[in-house]
Amino acid sequence: MRLTGMQKALWAAAGIAVLAYATLLRDTDPSPGIVADAPFRPTFSLPDETGRLLSPSDFGGKHLLVFFGFTNCPDVCPTTLAEVAQVMDDLGPDAGNVQPLFISIDPERDRRLGLADFTAAFHPAIIGLAGDAAQTRAAADSFRIHFAREDDAAASDGYTMSHSPALYLIGPKGDWLRQFTYGTPASEILADLRSRL
Amino acid sequence: MKALAFSAILTLTASASFACETVTLGDLTIQNAWSRATIGAGRPGVLYLEITNNGGTDDALVGIATPAAGMPMLHETVVSDGVASMPHAMAVPVPAGQTVALAPGGYHGMLMDLTAALKEGETFPVTLMFQAAGEVTVTVDVLSMRAEGPDCADAGQ
Repeated sequence: MRLTGMQKALWAAAGIAVLAYATLLRDTDPSPGIVADAPFRPTFSLPDETGRLLSPSDFGGKHLLVFFGFTNCPDVCPTTLAEVAQVMDDLGPDAGNVQPLFISIDPERDRRLGLADFTAAFHPAIIGLAGDAAQTRAAADSFRIHFAREDDAAASDGYTMSHSPALYLIGPKGDWLRQFTYGTPASEILADLRSRL
Repeated sequence: MKALAFSAILTLTASASFACETVTLGDLTIQNAWSRATIGAGRPGVLYLEITNNGGTDDALVGIATPAAGMPMLHETVVSDGVASMPHAMAVPVPAGQTVALAPGGYHGMLMDLTAALKEGETFPVTLMFQAAGEVTVTVDVLSMRAEGPDCADAGQ
């Protein structure tokens, strides 16, 4: 197709208008979150049960499937870890490209009860991380998630934890890709991962 | 001694699978009672089941008791504004004509102070206390830690 001089000028004008509008939109976007040129890279520096300090860059470019929870949790945490285990099994050979992480928001008690035994009971690929109070708070803040200790005389040890129950997917370069809200079926998580690997 | 008696109960009932059985109490039927295996007895266990009220009068599950745990309680997982918490539930309503599930992510029994670790393949009894219908004891199947429910033909209805 050959364009006349007038058509070229009109297309150029339209292009400039689109660019200008896009710039305007971006500059007035009130959300501080995720814009294309500023990837959100949540981070952590937490020890596993052997004391080895691990950060997102220590996983050799794998996708990270991150869950914040506590092992004294009878309902939400086992349900989610059971789903993660199912996803890892169903990934087959692709499982080597995904690292599931369980970050304890109740690290002192979880270390005492044994974190590695707990995660291994669901799937041997899951790594449990439990830091000190400051490391744990820093990781949660970086992921912009909530957790809090709630005193409850009727609970084990007199307290329980409230926490964000979603699963977070981090890409090979450390970019936050998406979250899977609590209750997302394993099949849906699997399909999403398959589309990325 | 208490632990010994409890093991005897477990041994006697370990051979059969009960989760798919239906227990009836008046207008109530209870089925799919299951729990997850635990590592040791230091962490709480869980209780899930389904209650159907076939009658015309509302009822409510107001308490649970079991030799498997020193402090069994009813809880509800609540996800609000992206945060999960687990408040104590005073009662689980069982309205007339409806089926109510104690299921992952909702109402559940929290079994604190376990008498012994819950082992996959074993069973334990739980007595359910209803406001109107009274008490009934059901047998709970201990499934694997990874289980998401009992494998019954009519499960998940």
